[in-house]
Amino acid sequence: MRSLTALLLLLGAVLGLRRRVPLVSVLGEGIGDGLRTVLRMFPPVAAILIAAAMLRACGALEALTALLGPVLEKLGIPRETVGLMLLRPLSGSGALAAGSTVIRAAGPDSLTGRITAVMLGGTETTFYVLGVYFGAAGIRRSGKVIPAAMAADLVGFLAAGITVRLLFR
Amino acid sequence: MLDWIWGGMILLSCLWGALEGTLGEVSAAALEGAEQAVALCLDLCAGVCLWSGLLRLLERSGITEYLSRFLQPLLWRLYPRGSRDPETLTALTENLTANLLGLGNAATPAGIRAARGLRRQEGSGEPGPELCRLAVMNSASVQLVPAAVCALRASAGSRSPYDILPAVWITSGLALGTGLLALFFLERWGRRGD
Repeated sequence: MRSLTALLLLLGAVLGLRRRVPLVSVLGEGIGDGLRTVLRMFPPVAAILIAAAMLRACGALEALTALLGPVLEKLGIPRETVGLMLLRPLSGSGALAAGSTVIRAAGPDSLTGRITAVMLGGTETTFYVLGVYFGAAGIRRSGKVIPAAMAADLVGFLAAGITVRLLFR
Repeated sequence: MLDWIWGGMILLSCLWGALEGTLGEVSAAALEGAEQAVALCLDLCAGVCLWSGLLRLLERSGITEYLSRFLQPLLWRLYPRGSRDPETLTALTENLTANLLGLGNAATPAGIRAARGLRRQEGSGEPGPELCRLAVMNSASVQLVPAAVCALRASAGSRSPYDILPAVWITSGLALGTGLLALFFLERWGRRGD
């Protein structure tokens, strides 16, 4: 896993040269896209982090975590991830912002830090995506999709705790 | 929905702060939050740019075509009706390939084209089984390398930011499997109820 980036770059370079792809300008296009992604991400990230910092400063976040924490911990989910789970289905950048606070506080290579990262990486922005797709297809009644997608998210959160515990001991 | 949650967070923190007499700290925290956002985006920038460039390179080098050839049999099985229409099948393939590679900008337009194609076959009314399946496939994560999360771990000082990948694959596989199974059973119960 450690040499992943280098190997993929090598693969891209070799295949690209064989196909006469203008490597540097194609790479540059993608890098420009990445920069725009980060720029687009910034406003929602800032909005969420402002509200989250206020919630933490007043003491309410601590109270909420103390309330829900024991239940979550029984399920193998770190108690700090309450905010992340609330935001995950609605805003990808918001969830990433909430996750970054947890990962930094707990350390990226700690159990909590790893579970948080897997929770982020193994689920999607459910409600946002469903809104986009059903809006585009002109569907008002979403029927069975929302319960199915929410079941997927819940299992994703639980599975993150279990797989990290099994794979990193 | 997000607006309500955000508004609720602000309301709760101001009320709580007023009751506890920490409104000054709450005010100061707003600026701290904005500062954290600047720091986070700067930290993520390098990793996200690198992956985005790398993926564009792989895409243009032919990995996408290879992947889609590999994925076609799976799509025939997932969307037996939809894949009869070549245009819809192309859109479905592009959507899944882009999702696997984490190219959100490419996945959404292809997914919307696929959704419209499936919709044409199904007609109006409740979304049919294949459109539901497409929605669940897109609302679960199938991304092979969650680049932003790995960049976040790297910037937080992880010794090996990609070591979570196997755990991510297992987790998203289980989540996606659950979504598809839940859809399958909900549909069977729904039909029995008619």
